[in-house]
Amino acid sequence: MLKVENLEVYYGVIAAVRGIDLQVEKNSIVTLIGANGAGKTSTLNALVNSIKKKGKIIANGHNITKIPTHKVVQDGISLVPEGRKIFINLTVDENLRMGAFNNEKYEVLKEDMYRKFPRLSGKKEQMGGTLSGGEQQMLAIARALMSEPKLLMLDEPSLGLAPKIIGELFETITELKKTITILLVEQNAFAALKIADYGYVLENGSIALEGKASELLGSDEVRKKYLGG
Amino acid sequence: MDLSTFLQQLVNGISLGSMYALIAIGYTMVYGTLRLINFAHGDIMMVGAFLVYLAVAVGLPFPVAVLVAIAGSMAVGVMTDKIAYKPLRDAPKISLLITAIGISFFLENLFNVLFGGVPKAFPAPGYLTISFKLGDVILPLMVIVIPVITVLILGAVLWVLFKTKYGMAIRALAFDIPTVKLMGINADYIISIVFALGSALAAIGGIFYAISYPSIDPLMGVIVGLKAFAAAVLGGIGSVTGAVLGGFILGFTEIFVVALFPELGGYKDAFAFFFLILVLLFKPTGIMGKDLERGRF
Repeated sequence: MLKVENLEVYYGVIAAVRGIDLQVEKNSIVTLIGANGAGKTSTLNALVNSIKKKGKIIANGHNITKIPTHKVVQDGISLVPEGRKIFINLTVDENLRMGAFNNEKYEVLKEDMYRKFPRLSGKKEQMGGTLSGGEQQMLAIARALMSEPKLLMLDEPSLGLAPKIIGELFETITELKKTITILLVEQNAFAALKIADYGYVLENGSIALEGKASELLGSDEVRKKYLGG
Repeated sequence: MDLSTFLQQLVNGISLGSMYALIAIGYTMVYGTLRLINFAHGDIMMVGAFLVYLAVAVGLPFPVAVLVAIAGSMAVGVMTDKIAYKPLRDAPKISLLITAIGISFFLENLFNVLFGGVPKAFPAPGYLTISFKLGDVILPLMVIVIPVITVLILGAVLWVLFKTKYGMAIRALAFDIPTVKLMGINADYIISIVFALGSALAAIGGIFYAISYPSIDPLMGVIVGLKAFAAAVLGGIGSVTGAVLGGFILGFTEIFVVALFPELGGYKDAFAFFFLILVLLFKPTGIMGKDLERGRF
């Protein structure tokens, strides 16, 4: 599904990602965990080509390393950015329409999203900025799904949400796995590893550890560093 | 001032205000999306007027010449973006501003070289320069046509912005360009639409101006452009309705200053800018201006 080779991201002379390899299998959840500043967000942004990078990215057999962001998305990779980035000056309905800008089936997809995310269906005409944090995150995911991606990438979806909402959110993500592939970046390592099939641990821009999510959950090193003992 | 003089000045004010409004919409839309004060925008109005002059000179009928000029101005507007502004999307805003001033000088001097600096008579056809007489009020046809077309255009712009998917993308762009790209949208294409739309309106404003004050020269866009910019700021830059409101306020101020205090007529431009400063002192975001970071139109 997705194969990344030797990905490097530099901000000026400072390395954020130092040559990592990643692989995401079809219909699986792969998680990228690590501390703040480990290079998780940079990795995702590099995958959709919204920042400069080096390396090679193959998605669905296409080399997408050099194609512009909007084409990567049209190619079936959708990113739910860190901080949700809802269009606060557009209504919930318009936010969803934006997600399916190039897709003429948007009416059908929209109804589908309102079924999947019933919290949004009562707020169609409300401005995006008036939603609660949890609702905004749901909207951000729904908006990303509107482009009918094959690969959905989520950047810190649990950030700033109440524990109860996080539970609901991760249930939704698990549900999505039935139809699409997910690359999940999280600081909340425990929650992410619990629903993931495979995990990578990022440290200072390099992969420190990788393996089956269940094995990482059991590993002493991961427990000490990321799961609070 | 008696009633008929008042009415006369009122229609003049509406007409002048409409022209400022048309040009101000382009300023406000480009600012809304790119946070760029496109100083070359006033010159697009000049380009529009000159293209009509050129098209008529090569033998095209006036209405066709107008369409050609509008299309040509849209192309010039989109090209300034593609050539000059697009490479600077990630550069500091000040570089963009300086570039805009450079483009403005470039266009003025290009037309100066091509056509000479001597003002030329604008080839407005006779059927557009007729006047009606209502009591003591003289109504040139254009004084009626200009506001009507301006209102229609404003309606069309608002319709595009709020009822079409491209308008939705423009509103989204005003808020967050990187996220618009994440929707699979070619943001540069949407930005081109903004430039095309703004340039078309500036060209229409320029053609109206040239018909009303029937001479054109390469620097005609400078002061009118500045005042349209002032109108956009006055109305609240980023807001389309604000730009129109600002245009009308400025148009009225100018006309009535001259009408009420003829001896101060030479200072009419100063009054326009004085008014701008006054409004900004009390409402720095302009009349309709909201928090710009929320990117509303």
